[in-house]
Amino acid sequence: MNATSAEQASAPVTEDALRSVLAGERPSSPGPVLTSLTFGWRALLKIKHVPEQLVDVTMFPIMFTLMFTYLFGGALAGSTQEYLQFLLPGILVQANVMITMNTGITLNTDIQKGVFDRFRSLPVWRPSPLVGALLGDVMRYSIGSAIVITLGLVLGFRPEGGAVGVVLSVVLLLVFSFCLSWLWTMLSLILRTPNSVAGVSMMVMFPLTFVSNIFVDPKTMPGWLQAVVEVNPITHLATVVRGLMHGSVPAGEIGWVLVSSVLLVAVFGPITMVLYRNKK
Amino acid sequence: MGKLAIETRGLKKSFGKTHAVAGVDLAVSAGGVYGVLGPNGAGKTTAIRMLATLLHPDAGEAQVLGYDVVRDARAVRSRVGLTGQFASVDEDLTGVENLLLLARLLGYSRRRGRERAADLLDAFGLAEAADRQVKKYSGGMRRRIDIAASLVVTPELIFLDEPTTGLDPRSRNQVWEIVRGMVAEGTTVLLTTQYLDEADQLADRIAVIDHGKVIAEGSSGQLKASVGAGSLHVRLRAPEQRAEAERVLAGVLEVQVEPSADPAALSARISDPERVARSLAELSRSGIDVTEFALGQPSLDEVFLALTGHAAEETPEEDAA
Ligand SMILES: Nc1ncnc2c1ncn2[C@@H]1O[C@H](COP(=O)(O)OP(=O)(O)OP(=O)(O)O)[C@@H](O)[C@H]1O
Ligand SMILES: [Mg+2]
Repeated sequence: MNATSAEQASAPVTEDALRSVLAGERPSSPGPVLTSLTFGWRALLKIKHVPEQLVDVTMFPIMFTLMFTYLFGGALAGSTQEYLQFLLPGILVQANVMITMNTGITLNTDIQKGVFDRFRSLPVWRPSPLVGALLGDVMRYSIGSAIVITLGLVLGFRPEGGAVGVVLSVVLLLVFSFCLSWLWTMLSLILRTPNSVAGVSMMVMFPLTFVSNIFVDPKTMPGWLQAVVEVNPITHLATVVRGLMHGSVPAGEIGWVLVSSVLLVAVFGPITMVLYRNKK
Repeated sequence: MGKLAIETRGLKKSFGKTHAVAGVDLAVSAGGVYGVLGPNGAGKTTAIRMLATLLHPDAGEAQVLGYDVVRDARAVRSRVGLTGQFASVDEDLTGVENLLLLARLLGYSRRRGRERAADLLDAFGLAEAADRQVKKYSGGMRRRIDIAASLVVTPELIFLDEPTTGLDPRSRNQVWEIVRGMVAEGTTVLLTTQYLDEADQLADRIAVIDHGKVIAEGSSGQLKASVGAGSLHVRLRAPEQRAEAERVLAGVLEVQVEPSADPAALSARISDPERVARSLAELSRSGIDVTEFALGQPSLDEVFLALTGHAAEETPEEDAA
């Protein structure tokens, strides 16, 4: 019904063409970097064909920035302008961390389809479909970050760290998000449906981003909660992003973020690969 | 009889309590088409997934093109193609993007990859649909792009899991043409199917599987001989000649001839299709006019009935008690 009758009528499979196609060459296998990048290209093509999937990277950040600035800004920091200086780096962190969740949901949907079987049956470096998908996601983080920063600038956010500080903090965020998404790839291989992946991700995500210093200074919280906020990696990430954007370089905290990034990959990367290899 | 393309011994895989593949021994020689025939849930897909290194066997071993599917998985992967039962290309991408993606992954340069994708699309009659998303393809086109995707690098062996299920007769013929073309070029094809006539048309040898076990193996001729070649239905102009017609047919066919519910009709399970033409000639020589006749192929159901004593669709095993 989808094909036009003209092309249905044409004799589709010609013996000669088939013969010459089957006499094809056998190129040598490419390395892991090239195959990962090629899978990254696939992710970009999917963004091109299904732009609706960018809703989360555009709507979430815009909504949160506007809501928090205007609803709570005055009450929390005396004026919306002042609060925005504090909030925007935090929202940037939250937006990126939220966007990483999508990785698990997409991957789970992918696995339900037959195409993952084909990828797994190719003679390529085995993690490359996953690494490629995550590389494609870096594109999404960049788009989300650009939207938040642009919106912030329009609303009156003035980073004292200048362009360099902003760029550095975004780069650090991209690194951290790429590493964090291995947690979601692992989840997506354990849980059965995209919906359950989304549900569990939310349950992890909300406490992780709210019980942090993204929205308010933890000074006013009860002591036990401050302790929790203190060990939350998101707090450290927000501190770093805030510092870089406002011109101070918290070297120790940057180290902390990099180490936790490496740890995330070191722990969840191998688990993901074992699950992926044994996926039924 | 050349070397073996596939050899399995005692291959097993269970999912919980389901013994999807319960000890399969196969010996598939290189070249030609090997058919795996079985009803829903017989274990065809599970067996293919093990042979294509996607699933670890619980027990037993399997060699594909001389390589062990567990120990030399990568060697197997670089020599075989797999067209899964369900959409095995990315439906969001266009036909050409899918093939280019695979070409790049398999080591073609960007330029050669594009040429290769275009050649494949041409050969499979998909050139006009090259830039359309696969989710907008018809069922037959989708199957063809699925198969084309397995041929980006010409495999020595290709697995086709139910390549024609759900296709209309013309699309099915196209797939058959492709299979024959591949065989002519020296590729070994292992295909699964639920249709006896498909196995009959394409396969040199057939394994019939049920409940994860091979219950019969042989050429289609051998299998059919075990069931009889089907049945002959004849309708006469004059019902009063039925008794005589029955005698004539029985004489030539040398099988029992049954009167049907229709007073002018007769039917017989035949063992030797060669005799059918002679029996019809004999009827006309005896002055019996035939208004209709039909020769029915034995159905998968009949094969199953003959081989297992239960019908293909029937899953509960009451005999297990
Ligand atoms: N991943 C899985 N988890 C649990 N059970 C499974 C899984 N895959 C297959 N099975 C079960 O194993 C049995 C064999 O399934 P399989 O898909 O191999 O059959 P099939 O012959 O390919 O059937 P069909 O003709 O429907 O494709 C079925 O009972 C099925 O429910
Ligand atoms: Mg199947």
